[in-house]
Amino acid sequence: MLEEVFRDEWGRVLASLVGFLRDFDRAEEAAQEAFAIAVRRWPTSGMPDNPGAWLVTTARNRAIDRLRRERTLAEKIHLLPAPEAVMDEFDDSVIKDERLELIFTCCHPALPLEGQVALTLRALGGLETADIARAFMVSEETMRRRLSRAKNKIKLAGIPFAVPGAHLLPDRLDAVLAVIYLIYNEGYRGRVDLGAEAVRLGRVLAAGMPDEPEAHGLLALMTIHHARRRARFSGEDLVLLDDQDRSLWDMRQIEAGRAALDRALVLGGRGAYVVQAVIASLQTRERINWPQVAEMYRRLVDLTGSPVVELNCAVAVAQAGDPAAALRAVDRLDLDGYLYFHSTRGELLRRLGRETEARAAYRRAIELATSTPERRFLTRRLEHP
Amino acid sequence: MQYALMIYNDPGRLEALSDAEREAAYAEYFALTDDARCVVGAQLQPAETATGVRVTGGRTLMTDGPFADTKEVLGGFCLIEAADLDEAIELAARIPAARLGGVVEVRPVVRR
Repeated sequence: MLEEVFRDEWGRVLASLVGFLRDFDRAEEAAQEAFAIAVRRWPTSGMPDNPGAWLVTTARNRAIDRLRRERTLAEKIHLLPAPEAVMDEFDDSVIKDERLELIFTCCHPALPLEGQVALTLRALGGLETADIARAFMVSEETMRRRLSRAKNKIKLAGIPFAVPGAHLLPDRLDAVLAVIYLIYNEGYRGRVDLGAEAVRLGRVLAAGMPDEPEAHGLLALMTIHHARRRARFSGEDLVLLDDQDRSLWDMRQIEAGRAALDRALVLGGRGAYVVQAVIASLQTRERINWPQVAEMYRRLVDLTGSPVVELNCAVAVAQAGDPAAALRAVDRLDLDGYLYFHSTRGELLRRLGRETEARAAYRRAIELATSTPERRFLTRRLEHP
Repeated sequence: MQYALMIYNDPGRLEALSDAEREAAYAEYFALTDDARCVVGAQLQPAETATGVRVTGGRTLMTDGPFADTKEVLGGFCLIEAADLDEAIELAARIPAARLGGVVEVRPVVRR
């Protein structure tokens, strides 16, 4: 229960403190202190009416105390700003949500992408360094250095804590969307925690930018996919869309995703995330309209120029009833190092009755598989066509 | 905050432009140094005129010419005053070298 509140409040509290202190390390320190006090006090004194405001106020006071002590030490050189005035203005009944500013800071393109991802998870999601390290399969020490490099650059290079102005916004929003989607995709490959985290970040972004169609598009896309997560695995095994047990789908989540998609479409969204969300939504229908899915993939190919998307488009063409045309499209693609290129070819060849070639394609796919569930899935397809 | 914009050129690129295009590029450089946010800026003579100086055991040693084997060479610099990195990047992006095969390195200056 307490943990739940902390997970929800961390990003908001930290954002408010970064806005106030303009220093990540100080803000994190103060936030941690406030959360520690809450852990001690709330179980006996009860939870305050507005836990977020309580945490921000407590953290601010702690930070101010600390600044005062340091200021006394540094009295003569006047290096530190006077905190008193700010404290007087602070009204703890209304805490401005500054998470959007924090997202744009963490996802600033001047930071390396891996730093953006790690910092977003740490600052907005409140994930521990060790957990982020585990999710990205690096040592805790490496992740600690990655985070501290990013925070250091923000401070020394003057990366702003602000939502960018209109002329910068389209580019910067793209960067934010890419980071959140990357986090989501890490989670989609079996690590459910990151998936949930990305959906949470997507919600913060969409709520903060209610008029940006792609923000709603991304939220819709992630929400709909995430709603199917329990059906994607049976034990350790991957389950394809066709074979998924629909009773395991979270229909309320799917509805929430569709609502976000409607919002994106009403706002005129036609970008890559919106189109992918349309596809995700079509694929959760009782009877899937494959020609329409193929049409949407074609639109996505136009937007992204990605051969992986072309591959997906071919799958939809096959599902719509034309595996021969699909195979022709697949064979035009230059994706030899890509597992799903070969598994898709295998599937199409088998449907066309070309068994020997199909088995060769599956064997090539198995060679490229990196995870156990993937390898087992492909081996099953090879052995039991 | 102060930032140093270090301008690395792709040598020969500016020379390869038509007269009109080169004039326009120079005009952009002048506009930058005339900008109130520019504290100081200078164009450097070609890298071939460079001298590397090292002091070893009290002796001053010199090497001739450019010593880095990179494609781009430092062709000029500009010290600017900007509110934050975004403002510095906007100024850097206006420097012709940035779109002519070169790169502008934006470095915050240590405050004293």
